[in-house]
Amino acid sequence: MLSAEEMSIILLSLKVAAASVLFSLPLALAAALLLARTQFPGKTLVDALIHLPLVLPPVVIGYFLLLSFGRQGLLGGFFEQAFGLVFAFRWTGAALAAGIMGFPLMVRAIRLGLEAIDPRLEAAARTLGANRWRVLASVTLPLALPGIIMGALLAFARSLGEFGATITFVSNIPGETQTLPLAIYNLTQSPGGDSAILKLCAISVLLSVAALVVSEWLNRRARGPGATSLA
Amino acid sequence: MKLEVAIRKRLGALDMNVEFSVEAPVVGLFGRSGSGKTSVVNAIAGLLKPDSGRVVVDGCVLFDSARGIDLAPEKRRIGYVFQDALLFPHLSVRHNLLYGAPRAGGGAIGFAAVVELLGLAALLERRPLALSGGEKQRVAIGRALLSQPRLLLMDEPLAALDNQRRMEILRYIERLRNELKQPVVYVSHAVGEITRLADHVVLMNEGSVLAHGSVQQIFNRADLRPHTGRYEGGALIEAEAVAHDARYFLTRFRFGGGELVAPGIDTPLGARVRIRIRSRDVSVATVRPQGISIRNVIEGNVTEIVDNGGAIVEVAVRLGAIDVPARISRQACEELAIEPGARVFLLIKAIAFDKRSVGFAAS
Repeated sequence: MLSAEEMSIILLSLKVAAASVLFSLPLALAAALLLARTQFPGKTLVDALIHLPLVLPPVVIGYFLLLSFGRQGLLGGFFEQAFGLVFAFRWTGAALAAGIMGFPLMVRAIRLGLEAIDPRLEAAARTLGANRWRVLASVTLPLALPGIIMGALLAFARSLGEFGATITFVSNIPGETQTLPLAIYNLTQSPGGDSAILKLCAISVLLSVAALVVSEWLNRRARGPGATSLA
Repeated sequence: MKLEVAIRKRLGALDMNVEFSVEAPVVGLFGRSGSGKTSVVNAIAGLLKPDSGRVVVDGCVLFDSARGIDLAPEKRRIGYVFQDALLFPHLSVRHNLLYGAPRAGGGAIGFAAVVELLGLAALLERRPLALSGGEKQRVAIGRALLSQPRLLLMDEPLAALDNQRRMEILRYIERLRNELKQPVVYVSHAVGEITRLADHVVLMNEGSVLAHGSVQQIFNRADLRPHTGRYEGGALIEAEAVAHDARYFLTRFRFGGGELVAPGIDTPLGARVRIRIRSRDVSVATVRPQGISIRNVIEGNVTEIVDNGGAIVEVAVRLGAIDVPARISRQACEELAIEPGARVFLLIKAIAFDKRSVGFAAS
């Protein structure tokens, strides 16, 4: 069975991943809409910026986060003053790091979902008297739901596995920032922990598979009764 | 319904300059594909912004570049039936139908009436994915109608359907014209659909209006024939159903130049219809033939012979106020010495008329 320590590692990992997905989802939606549906100068730059976490070494992102969101950092100071929200060496920082690392994956999946929608369906909705906001809520988002679910799943899985940016930004503090990969890494640094490592690895696999199953179930529900899976 | 369109728009290689003003219940927008018909209806719906110009429906200004008016599509109250239906795939038929219905309810056209008119009762809980092409198009028409449009645009609504479905949808469109008095702009490149449904035709070619006028005027004009259909060319007459022969299922129609017999007795007596006579269905004789199966033999004078030097000539014969063209071989024309002014008999088989060539004229 799981020890209390292992249980707390799992719960922390789930908390970090859930928070990162929850808070990045609205931003990712807005970014995907911007990229899929509008033209503006500097669009390529914004696109590149969003993709940076995908191509940069995670350690580099972690270090940037440390500089900007540390207690001495410009943004870190602002969030502490304005909302009393501290990121440095807290689980919130782990969620921030995981959210940023998963952001490009989420935006890409949602954007693909949006681009698969026939824009003439939106035009048809407008000839039926719906304004832009109602079209977004009643046509665009429901039809993009498979893409949104896929994006959330990818980001969730990415969050569960986040290592480099997290350990650089918020260190490896048991009970606060030590998520599954960090705990596994810790065990590999001390001799004789093989069985404990394998146990945590198995839990990692289980969590990822569970996330997949849940997203597939959501997808089926979103597509309505009688619809077939898109897997 | 009064529709005024005057728009300019540069679209790639096509320089559109469209101007017409018509007043008719059903306006047909006719022309080859690529002539700019869809762009015109998109501009009326507000889905395409012209570079300059005006769009006015029944005195309501929808677009006027000079006055800076450009109503959003959702504020125009213009219904649109697309070629491929474009139903919302995530909604049931019922919710598709209700999508554009005013929240407060109580429009001129009720939900129950539309469901009845278009025969949708059995489909209401289905998803669009589970519908056939014809069913989808019926739902799309109902959905547009329930948004209470002041004008309904139909862009080639039959193009994606097979022949049998076409006739079926055509009957439904006739019903909404006759029973609901719904003003319609009907876009098509099929002569049969336009002559059956439209009262007034706007003939388009390469981004501009070639001619517009009543269906009879446009389709009987010889100079427009290259545009109104080379193979489908013919005359269009307005006639009245005067007698039924229930034993042989034939109906007798009277028009300005004589009488015609055509199959089918579903036309009410006294109804005015438009009948299309395809020129390749018409033969010419110099004496009244005896012992012949052809039911329609009508006497008239030759007004013109169009001879392009090929195998075929077109002999125009005046019947009443209309020139009916007959397409015959040049050899026959010379052998019979048919010349302008000659008295001839036009021969048309009764069964040359089908449901496509007979349509009700709007009353």
